[in-house]
Amino acid sequence: MTGHVFHPGHQELHGVTVVVRGSSGRSWVGRYHERTERGILLHDVAIHDPATAPVDRDTWLARLRKFGVKVDAKHAVIPDGESAQVELLQPPPA
Amino acid sequence: MTYHEMMVKPMRDEVTRSGVKELRSVAEVDVALGPGEGTVMVFVNSVCGCAAGGARPALAMALQHAVRPQQLYTVFAGQDLDATARARSYFADYQPSSPSLALLRDGEVVHFVHRHEIEGRPPAILAANLIAAFDKYCASEGVAKSPSP
Repeated sequence: MTGHVFHPGHQELHGVTVVVRGSSGRSWVGRYHERTERGILLHDVAIHDPATAPVDRDTWLARLRKFGVKVDAKHAVIPDGESAQVELLQPPPA
Repeated sequence: MTYHEMMVKPMRDEVTRSGVKELRSVAEVDVALGPGEGTVMVFVNSVCGCAAGGARPALAMALQHAVRPQQLYTVFAGQDLDATARARSYFADYQPSSPSLALLRDGEVVHFVHRHEIEGRPPAILAANLIAAFDKYCASEGVAKSPSP
């Protein structure tokens, strides 16, 4: 919802599960905490690395949407230079 | 870390006053979710904002619908740890998520709502999702019983 702050006093995406697509091809899914000068801090993070993952990114995302986020790391900071695109894991219905 | 019961009680009551039975022990969960037929809903309650602003109001709205699961249960994540873990074992293919909601028919999960489908969405949208699932999976079971006190 545009303009809706999920948790007052925080950035708009705080507390929302997002997909961060990296310029390296890696992707992260987790609960957005905040964006600082160090990058984007996510909690309870699933990570997809195309070099090692058994399935492609779209298949991985589809599984996460259906079965939930399987946590690979409790926290992750994605540097600004890497976080090419941020979107909701589950876009709102049209 | 669990929260003080005085703080959590209104969150429990918000769910149970819609006729949802709260399961607070492993034994209660096993009795409720053990082998059986019919439709069963399990709502995983939570102290987080998306439970307060989205999931609980949506559940209350959806449970006013004429078609509902035959059995309505809730566990409280982060509070009743053992009961919640046991309840989740009945839908173990799905990652732990709170709040969340599982709808089972004859012991099989037929619909699941994760936290990431709740975050930031208004209760009316979430309730519509639940009502659609109730209509799809519970209609053949007949009109749900009145809530248990």
